[in-house]
Amino acid sequence: MSSIHSELERPPVEEARFSFSIHLYDWISTVDHKRLGLMYIVTALIFLVVAGLMATVIRLQLAFPNGHVVDPDTFNRLFTMHGTTMVFLVGMPFVAGLSNYLVPLMIGARDMAFPRMNAFGFWIFLFGGFLLYFSYIGGSGLSGAGSAPDVGWFAYAPLTSRAFSRGASTDYWILGILVAGIGSIASAINVIVTTLSMRCKGMTLARMPMFVWVMLIDSWLIIIALPPLSAAQIMLLIDRFLGGNFFNTQSGGSAVLWQHFFWIFGHPEVYILIFPAFAILSEVIPIFSRKPIFGRPAMVGAVAAIGFISLGVWAHHMFAVGMTSWSNTFFTASTMLVGIPTGIKIFNWTATMYGGKLRMDTPMLFCCAFLFQFLIAGLTGIMLATGPFDWQLHDSYFVVGHFHFTLVAGLVFALFAGMYYWFPKVSGRMYNETLGKWHFWLFTLGVELTFVPMHFLGFLGMPRRIYTYAPDRGWDFWNLLATSGLLFQLPGILIFVWNIVFSAIKGKPSGDDPWDAWTLEWATTSPPPEYNFETLPEVRSSRPLWDLKNPNDPDWRYE
Amino acid sequence: MDAVLAEKQAEWTLPDRGTMGVIFLIVTETALFTIFVVAYVVYIGKSLTGPYPKDVLDLPILASICLLSSSVTIVFAENSLKKHRIGMFKLWWLATILLGLEFLVSTGMEWHKLIYQDNLTVSTNLFGTTFYSLVGLHASHVIVGMAFLMLVMFVSLFGFPIETQERRVKFLSWYWHFVDAVWIVVFTVVYVIGR
Amino acid sequence: MFTTLLAIPLAGADLPEHRITNIFEPLATPAESEKNIALLVFAITGVIFVGVAGLLAYTIWRFRQPTHAERTEEPPQVYGSNQIEVAWTVLPVLIVFVLIGVSARVIAAVENASPPQAALKVTVIGHQWWWEVLYPDYGIVTANEIHMPATNDHKNATYLQLQSADVIHSFWLPQLSGKTDLIPNRTNFMWIDPHEPGVYVGNCAEYCGTQHANMLLRVVGEDPKSFKEWTIQQQKRAVDDPQTSEGHAVFESLACVNCHNIAGLGKASAGSKFGPDLTHLMSRQTLGSGVYKNTPENLRAWVNDPQVQKPGCLMPSMKLTPDELSKVVDYLETLR
Repeated sequence: MSSIHSELERPPVEEARFSFSIHLYDWISTVDHKRLGLMYIVTALIFLVVAGLMATVIRLQLAFPNGHVVDPDTFNRLFTMHGTTMVFLVGMPFVAGLSNYLVPLMIGARDMAFPRMNAFGFWIFLFGGFLLYFSYIGGSGLSGAGSAPDVGWFAYAPLTSRAFSRGASTDYWILGILVAGIGSIASAINVIVTTLSMRCKGMTLARMPMFVWVMLIDSWLIIIALPPLSAAQIMLLIDRFLGGNFFNTQSGGSAVLWQHFFWIFGHPEVYILIFPAFAILSEVIPIFSRKPIFGRPAMVGAVAAIGFISLGVWAHHMFAVGMTSWSNTFFTASTMLVGIPTGIKIFNWTATMYGGKLRMDTPMLFCCAFLFQFLIAGLTGIMLATGPFDWQLHDSYFVVGHFHFTLVAGLVFALFAGMYYWFPKVSGRMYNETLGKWHFWLFTLGVELTFVPMHFLGFLGMPRRIYTYAPDRGWDFWNLLATSGLLFQLPGILIFVWNIVFSAIKGKPSGDDPWDAWTLEWATTSPPPEYNFETLPEVRSSRPLWDLKNPNDPDWRYE
Repeated sequence: MDAVLAEKQAEWTLPDRGTMGVIFLIVTETALFTIFVVAYVVYIGKSLTGPYPKDVLDLPILASICLLSSSVTIVFAENSLKKHRIGMFKLWWLATILLGLEFLVSTGMEWHKLIYQDNLTVSTNLFGTTFYSLVGLHASHVIVGMAFLMLVMFVSLFGFPIETQERRVKFLSWYWHFVDAVWIVVFTVVYVIGR
Repeated sequence: MFTTLLAIPLAGADLPEHRITNIFEPLATPAESEKNIALLVFAITGVIFVGVAGLLAYTIWRFRQPTHAERTEEPPQVYGSNQIEVAWTVLPVLIVFVLIGVSARVIAAVENASPPQAALKVTVIGHQWWWEVLYPDYGIVTANEIHMPATNDHKNATYLQLQSADVIHSFWLPQLSGKTDLIPNRTNFMWIDPHEPGVYVGNCAEYCGTQHANMLLRVVGEDPKSFKEWTIQQQKRAVDDPQTSEGHAVFESLACVNCHNIAGLGKASAGSKFGPDLTHLMSRQTLGSGVYKNTPENLRAWVNDPQVQKPGCLMPSMKLTPDELSKVVDYLETLR
């Protein structure tokens, strides 16, 4: 990429003054995977804060019975936007951002396979997010029923038909997500092609880092599972704008068909969201245990199995719909089966730590908490998988507790682990470890306080998506406890933001490899130069830096 | 052992990016079409009112022959390009475009009849909704393919050395084969099974 | 202004109202079998949790290094162990098969039960945000409150047919049974057999729009004699009381009749189903689908402006004058 003009030919270069507009132009026009990755992650974090504030209002409204913090319509918009934002504008960009930043570095490439499509993916995702939020002002549409969508993040038919969702708010939900989904698919194709076609010399598929494997399988899931959502949304648009009958029960259409299509997307989607957590854990735990991942082939196999099986469990979201006992039994069975490879992963991570030398720095703390919390989430998942038990638990706060455990106590914890782990690589500076630990303990306490009580609320019969409740149902105490968790979560997040921003500017320089790690991203400078590596590496095992640092005991002897 | 390893690493070949890209694009599009096909199949025989498929659908034999033949002509075009016989390439390419155009015109005429003579629109009943959606989704993919086919036609007619773009022409032809394969499925489901 | 709902004795009987709806305190057969399978799952997952979390905690405690420890030599680099990995694959598979088998049995028992000929059949139709309740064999039309005989024999259970007039709702009384959805253009079936006389409380459990939170359910389980009395009362048509004929006139002349049916009374018995049937309004304990106690003050406030009581509900305020309001409420109070 650098030109080969001689000194004579090259015109004299002025010392570049910092120019805001040039800087801005650089970022807007970039096709560099690292910059795009950062843009994805920063945008995701901003949406995380926005949706988190929505959750705060929701919890304030539910802290006491007969709450009057917001009116019912506002509440219904809040939980719809909270869920939609978290899944599509926080979770998905984290998937894209992490793979875009790290995959080329980890496979020893200079960029992704399709850098311009990469940029396209980011900007169309951003446009989709903008469209969704524009509904707050533009949602009035023809009937003035306006504002943001209020149909729940899974938008069941026929609540979403023109008859029951007037105005344009549902249309913004559809269009925003449809458009953002195109970005996700583009990004996923990019990741797949990059891993297949751009690995450095010697890096067979078997030698790819766990992170890359997991994101590869994640991308396959995306390209298969996202189109069903797009298809269903196109069908809903045809219903709403052209008088179509896909989900019109008056003309014989089926409301349940929407559910099938949505959950054929929706269940793989939650695995799409959690895979980055698996990817991060599989990198961080070995480094902080000073041991290779236990059972690498099984770990990859488990992720592939989860991905594959997850395509066949969707109707466990529909146990109450009145399917036949055969269908209910089948989906109970398939859902429990998917729990097996997931459980195996927890065993393997634990075995990786066993016999190691555990460095309990912030990334590792978040990983350890993930393991406990994801174990609980998985076990409550088994409870939900059991059809008859689910008939009680479905659509109750137990489900809300379960999926927040998987996504907040699970995914978000792993994302923090990853952000702290790779922060020095991305910024060239070290974060403050004390602040990191404060963040960890405050946030963990807050998360437990908020989401554990929800399981009990489910047992006590509290349904989800209700804007208020009567005081004599026995729900008061647990709701108040759940809201109190915010008192710890919010400061935790603030400390994180402060830590990141301050350390990025004033932190101690970290050097190339502060963690004594083993994958290729640590073989270049922190932050990496635009071209990633001065010379493209050649590898002989799955831990190339271990081989370099331990020439008497290299991995390639054992793999 | 080191020598063998070294030799292996000397021939480090990976699949071509563009090839992989088109393959996975086709995978994702297949997933999209599958859902529309499923919706069509689920709603077969479920319309509460007419018109019903057997009353109004005629087998689009000519259109199908044309579209599927265009897959053959595009292969001939590619072969000509490989042999650097640009004249023949342009001819076969034009044939492909004309056959595709016939398909589109045929579809348009069929829809015109259905709408104006048989009063079947997308909102009439379940058949109307699923028919126009599935066939329309396919037709839109044909239109996109045609746009790219015409782009190649124009640039090569205006003197661009199309033989330097053999790889990209190949990708386009794969997309075109995909569109034809989808038509086989749509034809079977809509005009054979569903009628 | 509004007395919040507390346990209210049904007129003429002292029925306990179960407002703490704990799924682990089942009072009917479906909920009992669901509780039993729940306990099995708890036992299994509990053992797994203790085992795995214990191992994890031990691992962390035993192998942690003090912070700022010197970089010592690396521990033995173990890549895996086939025997261990096979073991911890096989064991979960076995556990899962047990759970699948048990679930299959319970699913079949609950779902495939078919109603005996003599069983009480009730049709429930979900609306935004109230429940239409029909007893086809008795010719009864009511709303929001479902009466049925309490029974200890699940062969005498009440069989519900569930439908919807608009969007998807869900029928959930946690202490009686798991939930089943009410879906337009589809009929679902479930059965419940409350073991003791009492008032059972539940919620709509599928988000159905603005007032989903206030679409509450009441099932009143009664001894056979009380149930029979209730059905006889419900089958009667409204009596024309000359003292409230003015209120009746207001009801018929303003738009009330367009939504609400009152059986046996002129125009009002046109059979409109957009709003709840009011023929026996005063026999119900609550107003607004379980939200407010059915007292004269609450009824007056409701008729005056339902949008204050249940904002977004589909009943508009008819902007009655205080005089008209009093007359209508007096009239409604006669509909026992």
